[in-house]
Amino acid sequence: MVTTDTGLTPQASGSDELVMQEDQVDQYITFTIGEEEYGVDIMAVREIKAWTETTHLPNTPEFMRGVLNLRGTIVPIFDLRCRFGMGLTEATKMHVVIIVRVEDRMVGVLVDTVSDIITVGQNQLQQVPKMDRNIDDEYLSGLVTVEGRMVALLDVELLFKPQSIDHGIALGEAAVGDQN
Amino acid sequence: MPQDFNLEQFKVTYFEECHELLASAEEQLTLLQQELGNVDVEVLHAIFRCVHSIKGGAGAFNYTDLIDFTHSFETLLDKLREGEIPISMPLVDVLFEATDILSSLVQRAQDNQESDPEVWKKTKQKLESYLKEGGVKKTSPSDHRDGIADYDLTPEEEEEQGWGLFIDLEEDEPASELPPEPLENFKPTYKIKFVPEPHLLRFANEPLLLARELSSLGKYVAHADLSRLDDLDQINPDEAYLSWIFELETDASKGAIEEVFEFVVDDCELVIEKIGGEAVTNTATTKEAQGVKAQKPEPRTARASRIRKEVELHTPTQPAPPQAAQLPDTAEDRPPVTETLNDGSKSLLKQQAKISSIRVELDRVDRLVNMVGELVISQAMLRQQVENLIPEDSHVMAQGFEDLSAHTRELQESVMAIRMQPVKSVFARIPRMVRELSARLGKKVDLITQGEMTEVDKTVIEQLMDPLTHMIRNSLDHGIETQEERAKSGKPERAAIKLSAEHRSGRIQIEVSDDGKGINRQRIVEKAVQKGLLSSDHDLSDEEIDNLIFAPGFSTADEVSDVSGRGVGMDVVRRNIVSLGGRISVFSTPGEGTRFLMSLPLTLAVLDGMIIRCGQEKYIIPLTSVIESIHPIAEELQPLVNGAMMVSMRGQYIRIVNLYKLFNIKGAVTDAAQGLVVIVETERYGHVGILVDELLGQQQVVIKSLEENYDPIDGVAAATILGNGKVALILDVDGLADMEHGSDRHRTFANLEQQVLLTGEKAHGHD
Repeated sequence: MVTTDTGLTPQASGSDELVMQEDQVDQYITFTIGEEEYGVDIMAVREIKAWTETTHLPNTPEFMRGVLNLRGTIVPIFDLRCRFGMGLTEATKMHVVIIVRVEDRMVGVLVDTVSDIITVGQNQLQQVPKMDRNIDDEYLSGLVTVEGRMVALLDVELLFKPQSIDHGIALGEAAVGDQN
Repeated sequence: MPQDFNLEQFKVTYFEECHELLASAEEQLTLLQQELGNVDVEVLHAIFRCVHSIKGGAGAFNYTDLIDFTHSFETLLDKLREGEIPISMPLVDVLFEATDILSSLVQRAQDNQESDPEVWKKTKQKLESYLKEGGVKKTSPSDHRDGIADYDLTPEEEEEQGWGLFIDLEEDEPASELPPEPLENFKPTYKIKFVPEPHLLRFANEPLLLARELSSLGKYVAHADLSRLDDLDQINPDEAYLSWIFELETDASKGAIEEVFEFVVDDCELVIEKIGGEAVTNTATTKEAQGVKAQKPEPRTARASRIRKEVELHTPTQPAPPQAAQLPDTAEDRPPVTETLNDGSKSLLKQQAKISSIRVELDRVDRLVNMVGELVISQAMLRQQVENLIPEDSHVMAQGFEDLSAHTRELQESVMAIRMQPVKSVFARIPRMVRELSARLGKKVDLITQGEMTEVDKTVIEQLMDPLTHMIRNSLDHGIETQEERAKSGKPERAAIKLSAEHRSGRIQIEVSDDGKGINRQRIVEKAVQKGLLSSDHDLSDEEIDNLIFAPGFSTADEVSDVSGRGVGMDVVRRNIVSLGGRISVFSTPGEGTRFLMSLPLTLAVLDGMIIRCGQEKYIIPLTSVIESIHPIAEELQPLVNGAMMVSMRGQYIRIVNLYKLFNIKGAVTDAAQGLVVIVETERYGHVGILVDELLGQQQVVIKSLEENYDPIDGVAAATILGNGKVALILDVDGLADMEHGSDRHRTFANLEQQVLLTGEKAHGHD
């Protein structure tokens, strides 16, 4: 259950749809990567589809899984697990690609499963505590608790910002270097 | 405000229109200049209309500078076409200048910039000085020189400007002079007398069809004249005995009516006269036995006496009664009683009557082109799947697919045809440039253009202007000799530059040739040696020497002129052409001239590609760059000390581009002797060989942008979608050669790692 400052118990009708009385509410699609759960703004999501083989792009960072044909548009697919520094996803047909629109671009995000749609009021959002790990976390826009689970909300625009991608590349290369 | 919004929309159309008008004005001016001695007044009319239309729109949007300038311009043009001012060469120059100024004023208005009055006022004064010289006092509002503030429009003029916005006005006639028509609901009536010659029917003409055609213009009453009809036993069925008088109520112009009879006009007696739009009584009549069914409004009272027979077929519903009182007494509401065809303010009606083309946003066309591309891909996918079906099911489907693919091919061609434009839009700008440059260089040059209606995709047209300009300049500056030189070598005084376009084997071929002195090979070689592009003991063929002019930074002009000779020209030309998927070559005969030949794809939306495999990946190499492919044997492969691999082919050493290495592809053939080397032509490195595993085939592919959703990738030009629905990358051979030859920045971390693994040492030149 989400606990809020107002102490209101949301009407959890079997699911975790929460309707807040005050302030603005946003809806998020949540998905999992391993044990972790993340959410993206539902307004950015264009489509959810099962993983299909992609075409590899040469000389791109490891988390860039290549491109696929989405009804005629060439869409790059990012492996979020790899992007978060947790290694490549062994993609199967059971894996899911979430197509999101970031500014003018369409990008796909490879995740393990899509779990839910949650409605979150502004006042339920918690700040992301500063992590001491050497990881780029600006793209986390907040944390929210849903049925006892923590969901980290992602800001896709920050996630795919060129600088943060460069940062990601640097991290990826560092990781490769470590392995050798 | 909605009005504002609408106005903006109109502005977009207006400016589009302006650019076309300016281009057309310039074209006509060139024509004018060519036949200076024998000026066709139609040309002047055409220029006048262009300027006038621009003025009209400027008035509507209140671009005061534009109005002011166009007004002077127009007044001068008006005097010219009236013959009040003689046309002279300097005057034509001023007209050209004025067109330039007009063009910049339009541009500034479009960019919402203030124009600098100094610039255009000077030209305006020039225009006006001609007006004075012509001894003709300027008429009407032009008396306010600078003042647009007091540019008061008469209501008629405003009206005209509003309506005339995007229309070529035939006459600058104030609409108010036209007799106002009192009745809104009545259209002008024409009396059309149609007396076929007896032989009319033999040419497969059918009066009934004409009558039907007429009915599309408006309501009419037909009266058949049977007086020529013989007795039944005398009738020759091949002859036309009947004649008719039609009374037609229509908005259409006389021209539109004439068009109906266009094909029979030589075989009949045809009289079309206007009889006004007065109220008519309510009778319904139909014409005679041939059964032309037409809904007829009332016949008029005065009627040819020969009419013998009227059959009543329809009783039309009550026609609208006269409503004279309701009509505002403004001129534009009604077509005048007089002949309307050439009446400017009514050309709106005329245009509505025969619209043969529509203006469509390019975006929409592009979307259509994309969708058709999708269709082609989906079809290829389906087809591939059908091939896996059991035979008895598949052959029926295969038949269906044959039909489907025929249709899609046709659809694709038709859609591509929408974007096709004649190269005229590019060629039209050349004469002007030749004229100006030849004047500046003191050379007398005739430009001959051919095949300007040759069509090519709009995307290609847009890219064509720069290279073409460069080449023409080059010919003028370097190719054509000075007057004295020409006289010395016994050539005609006037040099010729020929510009031609034609379709050849699915591509467009553009040729620029001159009859100048040709390429000075000795100087080229000297220059190349001097610049270190060539060693002094070269053994290049003449043709190879000629092609050195395309080398970057190469210019042989003794002095850098402002025309050309900055040493970037031909290099840029070649790069532009190549980036369009085209190629360019030069042929030169010393003393006789130079010929540049460009060959370009008709469209940038599809290309013919060779599908190759490297490891598990499939790539497309554009067929235009492929020269040949070879299976080298081990003896032909020579490693260089810097790690590069060369293959010798017929005595020529060609550098191998290791695609697997550049793209970090696992499981690919790494030994050129085991794989296949595709020899491709690059812009900067000449021939290079791309090492691939095997060739999979050749296919036309739809080009998809990779950059739309991702960043550019070195060595990849674009992407496409194969029959299995998967994305395949189209290789950029120049980019690959760059990477292979190239600098460290092209090498990524991963590549270096792999090279260490493969060779045990970092390749030279990469550290």
